[in-house]
Amino acid sequence: MVWLNALIVVFLIVCAIAVERTKDLVSAVVILSAYTLMMSVLWLMLHTPDVALTEAAIGAGVTCILFLAVISRTERYE
Amino acid sequence: MNDIIVKTVARILIPFIQLYGIFIMLHGHVSPGGGFAGGAMIGTSFVLYTLVFGIDKSKKKFSERVSEYAESGGILLYIALGLIGIIMAGSFLTNIDAGFPKGTPGSMFSGGMIPLLMIGIGIKVASTFITLFHTLIEEEEA
Repeated sequence: MVWLNALIVVFLIVCAIAVERTKDLVSAVVILSAYTLMMSVLWLMLHTPDVALTEAAIGAGVTCILFLAVISRTERYE
Repeated sequence: MNDIIVKTVARILIPFIQLYGIFIMLHGHVSPGGGFAGGAMIGTSFVLYTLVFGIDKSKKKFSERVSEYAESGGILLYIALGLIGIIMAGSFLTNIDAGFPKGTPGSMFSGGMIPLLMIGIGIKVASTFITLFHTLIEEEEA
């Protein structure tokens, strides 16, 4: 299972670079959500299902919605 | 949002999300999860209701008054259970020594007062998320 962990880590690095490179804040939030979902899969592979559950609920759910609500009040492009 | 598919799916899905949140909350001491994760799931289900049916209907379901009582009640339940520990056994949050029943290991009714603590934490976390989202959405209209 080491190669799967390595694949997930590479995906996380690509997502982090993509969040930094993009100019559209809504797509940045969507990429961040994908990052968080992969992160929770990685927690599950590392045998911490407790953290994985919290990460999926908070990171992919609540944080994404709160960021989108804030973006709807300000500008979409930086 | 005035889409009949989204409304129907949300109406079917929201009770199951809340049931799963309550399940995670009550089984915090025997399986992964706990008060924070379960409360976040219940809060997210109310956020979904707000997104689909609008802020006015959601305000009727979960008004600011209910939110005040839920937040204060959650933390007061936690503090009251801690004070029971002080009175019965001498230190904050004493569990088995303070007279809470042990129950059978592995079942839901075990671990003394931990499920009650999880209910308190879950109520507080859920109402906090709902209040945050309602505040953000409301200021947009003003």
